Amino acid sequence: MRALAAILGRRGGAAGRYREELRREKRDPAPSRLAYRVERLWLTPGFRKAVRVGLPSALILAVTAGWLGDAGRRAAMQDRLAGLRESVENRPEFMVSLMAIDGASEPVANAIRGMLPVTLPASSFRIDLEALRATIAQIDAVAGAELRIRKGGVLEVNVTERVPAVLWRRGGALEMLDATGHRVATLLDRSARHDLPVIAGDGAEQAVPEALAILSAARPIQSRVRGLVRMGERRWDVVLDREQRILLPETDPVTAVQRVIALDQAEDMLGRDLTVVDLRNEMRPTIRLAAPATGEAVSETRVSGP
Amino acid sequence: MTDLYQSQRAMRNMRRAALQRGVVAVLDVGTSKIACLVLKFENAEEGPDDGLGALAGQSQFRVIGAATTRSRGVRFGEVDAMAETERAIRTAVQAAQKMAQTRVDHVIACFAGARPRSYGLAGEIELSDGQVSEQDVARVLAACEVPDYGPGREALHAHPVNFAIDHRTGFGDPRGHVGNRLAADMHLLTIDTAAVQNLIYCIRRCDLEIAGLASSAYVSGLASLVEDEQELGAACIDMGGGATGISIFIKKHMIFAESVRMGGDHVTADISKGLRVPLATAERIKTIHGGVQATGMDDREMIEIGADCGDWEKDRRKVSRTELIGIMRPRVEEILEEVRAILDAAGFDQLPSQQIVLTGGASQIPGLDGLAARILGQNVRLGRPLRVQGLPQAATGAAFSSTVGLCLFAAHPQDEWWDFEIPAERYPARSLRRAMKWFKDNW
Repeated sequence: MRALAAILGRRGGAAGRYREELRREKRDPAPSRLAYRVERLWLTPGFRKAVRVGLPSALILAVTAGWLGDAGRRAAMQDRLAGLRESVENRPEFMVSLMAIDGASEPVANAIRGMLPVTLPASSFRIDLEALRATIAQIDAVAGAELRIRKGGVLEVNVTERVPAVLWRRGGALEMLDATGHRVATLLDRSARHDLPVIAGDGAEQAVPEALAILSAARPIQSRVRGLVRMGERRWDVVLDREQRILLPETDPVTAVQRVIALDQAEDMLGRDLTVVDLRNEMRPTIRLAAPATGEAVSETRVSGP
Repeated sequence: MTDLYQSQRAMRNMRRAALQRGVVAVLDVGTSKIACLVLKFENAEEGPDDGLGALAGQSQFRVIGAATTRSRGVRFGEVDAMAETERAIRTAVQAAQKMAQTRVDHVIACFAGARPRSYGLAGEIELSDGQVSEQDVARVLAACEVPDYGPGREALHAHPVNFAIDHRTGFGDPRGHVGNRLAADMHLLTIDTAAVQNLIYCIRRCDLEIAGLASSAYVSGLASLVEDEQELGAACIDMGGGATGISIFIKKHMIFAESVRMGGDHVTADISKGLRVPLATAERIKTIHGGVQATGMDDREMIEIGADCGDWEKDRRKVSRTELIGIMRPRVEEILEEVRAILDAAGFDQLPSQQIVLTGGASQIPGLDGLAARILGQNVRLGRPLRVQGLPQAATGAAFSSTVGLCLFAAHPQDEWWDFEIPAERYPARSLRRAMKWFKDNW
């Protein structure tokens, strides 16, 4: 139609132009009622937003939901995802091939090696460092552990071991305890750790710091001290050789030990023939003589006090 | 009367709702063009009530869409062919909406025709308790004696122009004053019901709600008269395509409005008949070469008329500008004579200032001011509408003064009768307010 008009216009000159004008005149510039309504609807902000945002998102949702509605496709997708994950995890960059343990003795290191849940080499994604650290920390002989995965696929374990401070005789066994009273290991032979003092009695392990303080205060008579015994889970007895005992009070036993040592150095008290030095009541220190001495003569020696 | 009162109130509520929404369209349904502006109100609530705010109160709205289309189906400022008019309105509204990128649901419309007629109303009441209350204002407005303006006519505007208390007059707002008698003067403008109902039907067909109706003579006066002219007294003559509207303002109130059912289209029709050319050509010749003042070189200025009939003699016709002026001038003179007659009848010569402002599309004829000065008096100037924010350059001409005035009308309507309270006596017998009044009166 337009081409025809163009031809007419070119050939017909004025007449063609006139026809063109007539045609233009006839064209109604007004929008039809429907077009007007549609345009108004389109200019409504709510509708516009719904079409431009709501409709595409609804469409995407519907398509996704329809696609995922099939169980087989869902399983296939999960498989694919798992495979993808696997392939990333198993890349050589993420592999741990070696475990380096620092600061642990041989048996502890062996125990730690046994605790690793996976066999090396394994992906570093499979090793839960925090859980492994907690497991390692459960070993009695280990005070703390630091784990990190070093470059080059090395799992580095820095172990701080517990240092045994006393031996605790319980039943027939000897347990090594550290300075806080935590068990380190069982000792089969006393002579293996001759340097450690021995404590005994129920609840002794809960008062190890106190026992260590008493022992360090009793250093002047160290050669005579056999060990400490926890009495009634509340106070200590110092057991000396020659069947002698020093009964210490519940509170402030270190001062009591210092008093005994002062007496011993002044009067050579512990060299005398007595079995018990009772300092449980600090206002009234008491000693018990050995049996033969009581048989001969009753002579009490006032040691000190008001 | 009450029916109209209710419908005007409903329109006011609609306008309030539109302002709350922030977007309202104004529609000037003229004989030669239909213009539509989309206004966006920045702060949805009304501005301060101190008369005029910043920028004469127009700072609160901005024009975000404007469209003009050739009018079809409108004659003498009235709807002639409903479907054609509806389509033209649709075109204008759609284009304006497209420019504004928003949808408008409320429209404020104005039109030039429908035979406006002015009445001056006066009412007087005794004040019951010395001081003027809102109820007293309502009562005095209700007491105005409404003239019998005949069947088939309705009130379009009813402005309280003046209040007087006892012997003091000139109150704009009498509330709180003390006196014995309260009197009010009201200006009532009535129009043909049928014409306005046709227009309302056309606008409704475009899915639009009417939020106000105005006479285009009134709103073009609002836009093209400056403040002192409105205050001291001036007449605005809006020379449109099919009708020429006349409105007289004093003390910022319109006190008279009329229209002459002649305009620029008649001049075009005269040229078309006189030169035997189509209307479109006549319109072109009028706008390019037209004039009303003869000059010495008119005889030498030959105008090619041109035609497309194929007859060389007819297609090569030329007329001198003298002939053109000879065709145009009598018609323009006739229009101005009619205006003169109306102004005389309205008592315009009694006003303190007798400024006459010519505006509207037909006022752009070169030399019109000189001709008008001869017929109407010396104080004649050509007026252009006020500048409003965002108005496109193409819509700042004299032809758009009623459109711009409609914007001002939308933003700041003057108080009309239906903006006041309804007097308690007019309430239905069982209303609460009436019961309260009874208690007040008896205790």
